[in-house]
Amino acid sequence: MSPGLEALDYHLAGKYPAGDFPAVLVGVVGSGNLEVLLEPATGSTECSVHVETSARGFGAIWSAVVEDFHRRHQLAGIRVSINDMGATPAVVSLRLDQAVAEIKR
Amino acid sequence: MNISYSECSARERIALLLDEGSFHEWLPPSERVTSPHLAQLGVPSAFDDGVAIGRATLAGRPVFVAAQEGEFMGGGVGEVHGAKLVGLFRRALRERPDAVLLLAESGGVRLHEANAGLIAVSEVMRALLDLRAAGIPTIVLIGGANGCFGGMGIVARCADRIVMSDIGRLAMSGPEVIEASNGVDEFDSRDRALVWRTTGGKHRWLSGDCDLLVADELAAFRAAAIASLDAAAPVTLAGLEDEHQLLSERLHLLDAPVDGDEAIALWTRLGVPAPQRVPELDPGELTRP
Repeated sequence: MSPGLEALDYHLAGKYPAGDFPAVLVGVVGSGNLEVLLEPATGSTECSVHVETSARGFGAIWSAVVEDFHRRHQLAGIRVSINDMGATPAVVSLRLDQAVAEIKR
Repeated sequence: MNISYSECSARERIALLLDEGSFHEWLPPSERVTSPHLAQLGVPSAFDDGVAIGRATLAGRPVFVAAQEGEFMGGGVGEVHGAKLVGLFRRALRERPDAVLLLAESGGVRLHEANAGLIAVSEVMRALLDLRAAGIPTIVLIGGANGCFGGMGIVARCADRIVMSDIGRLAMSGPEVIEASNGVDEFDSRDRALVWRTTGGKHRWLSGDCDLLVADELAAFRAAAIASLDAAAPVTLAGLEDEHQLLSERLHLLDAPVDGDEAIALWTRLGVPAPQRVPELDPGELTRP
């Protein structure tokens, strides 16, 4: 990992299997924005989240936002990958919900 | 409802411009073919390196398509981004779709990737010219907020056909580059009216650098793309000589001193009706000589 980017990983025990679905991508890696990629992780009971961000030192806030997201959806067997360029917590939450809504469509 | 082309992301443009659900992506985000350079510089990568490529149908006909995402690094062409475009064009040479569409939105070479980006853009040009030589129509659509500049501006002008909206911009050096190198007296990059008078879709259409001028609507771009499907324009010596003639004549149109705005003077001398009113007219209201 480069000195400039910070990588964060979260592994949360899920409740509702996401099942199989085509990968979903929402958002764009632009200033104050992020992209969220959702993929099935069949066989896993976890919701795993991998974040790469250019804004270092916000681990505590990421942790809170990710736990919040997980409390809302409690998905299992899902892999969340994020490329972030300094999005605010509210934008991150909205993108995560948007991505889940895309799976359900 | 009219959907603004400029406000859509690259992926939204693909979804709405082509036949519904027909897009099949190659190297999708889940493949994670990302830039080998950006992370070293502390810049986040994008899972698709800022460009989506694949095949689809347009009005039922098979086409290949690439769409650049202007919000990611200004649509800059890095090593992987360029390689995806080249790969798409070379595959088109083999499989011969009815056309290749490039939804361009780019500031040109992604400077972070230096020579790798420069080489990538030159390879894109060569691959696109190979398509033209093979008689496969290449259609470039320009209507994103970031315009089409630098090396991608050259790529666009290598294509058979260019479709632009009045919001779209096409040029080599961008406004800020000109100002930085030649001074604000030469070009004030913050003068938006000046920027659009000299690089915008209306100017490009009036001066013959773009083939179709449309409103900033997805449906209008779709209709223009369909109308361009059979627009292969083979590169011939006679065609090149005509182009040189046109450029030379245009250059000399400004030999006589200009009193006032140079763009309006050029339109006047090109014979554009009511040149003063061009900036305020809708694309459909314009006529070119």
